[in-house]
Amino acid sequence: MGSVGAKDVPVLLSPEGLRVDGRRVNELRPIKITAGALKHADGSAFVEWGQNKVMAAVYGPREVHPRHLQQNTKAVIQCKYNMAAFSVDERKRPGLDRRSQEISKVIAEAFESVVFAEEFPRTSIDIYIEVLQANAGTRCAGLVAASVALADAGIPMADLLPAVAVGKAGGAIILDLKKEEDNFGEADLPMALVPQSGRLVLLQMEGHMTRDELATALDLGVQGCRGIYEVMKQALRDRYSVAPAAEAGA
Amino acid sequence: MGGSHRTGPRRRGRGGSSPHPSGDRVLVLPGEEIPSQGLKPGPGTYRVGGKVYASILGLLSPRPPFVQVIPLSGRYIPKPNDVVIGTVTDVQGTFWLLDIGAPRWAPLHMTGTPWKVDVGETERYLRVGESVVVRVENLDPTGRIGVTMLGEGLGKLEGGSIVHVSPARVPRVVGRNGSMIETITRHTGAQVAVGQNGRIWVDGAPEAIHRVREALRMISEDGQRRGLTERVDSYLKSTSRSRDEGVEEPPREHAHRDAPAQDFASSPPPTDSGEGPDDERFDGENN
Repeated sequence: MGSVGAKDVPVLLSPEGLRVDGRRVNELRPIKITAGALKHADGSAFVEWGQNKVMAAVYGPREVHPRHLQQNTKAVIQCKYNMAAFSVDERKRPGLDRRSQEISKVIAEAFESVVFAEEFPRTSIDIYIEVLQANAGTRCAGLVAASVALADAGIPMADLLPAVAVGKAGGAIILDLKKEEDNFGEADLPMALVPQSGRLVLLQMEGHMTRDELATALDLGVQGCRGIYEVMKQALRDRYSVAPAAEAGA
Repeated sequence: MGGSHRTGPRRRGRGGSSPHPSGDRVLVLPGEEIPSQGLKPGPGTYRVGGKVYASILGLLSPRPPFVQVIPLSGRYIPKPNDVVIGTVTDVQGTFWLLDIGAPRWAPLHMTGTPWKVDVGETERYLRVGESVVVRVENLDPTGRIGVTMLGEGLGKLEGGSIVHVSPARVPRVVGRNGSMIETITRHTGAQVAVGQNGRIWVDGAPEAIHRVREALRMISEDGQRRGLTERVDSYLKSTSRSRDEGVEEPPREHAHRDAPAQDFASSPPPTDSGEGPDDERFDGENN
């Protein structure tokens, strides 16, 4: 152990079937969600998932800012995903880059398929995702945070949107990759599920898998999403369970 | 991984305990199936394949023939005849745009004011940052919100400050038949006007404003438990004791949802000394 150099590939799967952090192939990292973490946002959530820390804030529906984006029949959903300069070991150059633009786009599109945007024509629903600490799977963590934030903001939608990455490392299909598994593994497959309908509204892939492996991975991911769904719901219940009985007649 | 958590919402009913009798409100989340019992999907719900699901986070409320979800959070959704407090965000030649906390800004046309405004002179009457009490007049399908300042209790707000609470909490701030707001004004001597959009205008002595603000924060933060009025009452009593000013005079104004603010309705066109209320925000809701 003592001689493992920085360039060496870590053992991603032990003979006992344990991963770098001791998880089994179908185990999620510990996840904690706090709904309503910010005061001024219409809705917000803070997600701590493994070593990821992600804050999401939702504003709106509100006036569309660059006016030309306004749509006459529905709300536009704008998402901005950003990684803090200090979120990774090597300082990340701040600001927009191709990766964050792509992630913003796929997350916004995922929400477009669940949010009932037609209820708010000519408005904008703005989602801000800030990654404070990253350890693989931040787009999923960001999506989960944003979804809880949208519910916290009282925005109508078909369902919450749990998300998780599945991948292949050490020859095995594994759930919820962490950094080493993402960096040195063979494949990465982030996905987001609509539990109510069973549909996937985000699915990306990097690396290689066989057809059978992909099928296994999808099943595992859906299973993982359902686990995360429960945590998301609990976070919202914790925040609202003691909520006031809005007086009937008033 | 799943499995260890509580039962998913799709399981019908809730264990052996009574299937929530009407009146007892149940928290539902987006995507959660609602036992509709033959009721039609109302606001806050949607139907797919014969089943009804919640589309927003809120409290389940069967209102035959509909089942609906009452929101606990979110922006103010305007209803006709709501009296709301808005802040001017933009001034145009013939109208002002008001932020009333709704999804969109609400235009207040110059003909909807008690003033004789000439085209292009709008800024002499209301400037960006100033606040007004207006009534929601009409809503069109595109989401446009028409408001008017013509009517009793409507007009420009001079001085004071504005506190934000969640629109979902407004019924609590007002209380049954205005009991809560009555308690607050009686103990503090402050003038208070509550807009249905969760914006509350407060004016009076600085310490009175402070106490009103504290009371509103209590309502925002723990409006869920019973005996709220009593706790607010005892808070206000305890603070009035500590600063012995005998400010127990009856409130000059008394506001509730139907008449948020009074006699400034017919006030003359303001000179340009315009000092709008401070805008202060604690959204207990999001705390």
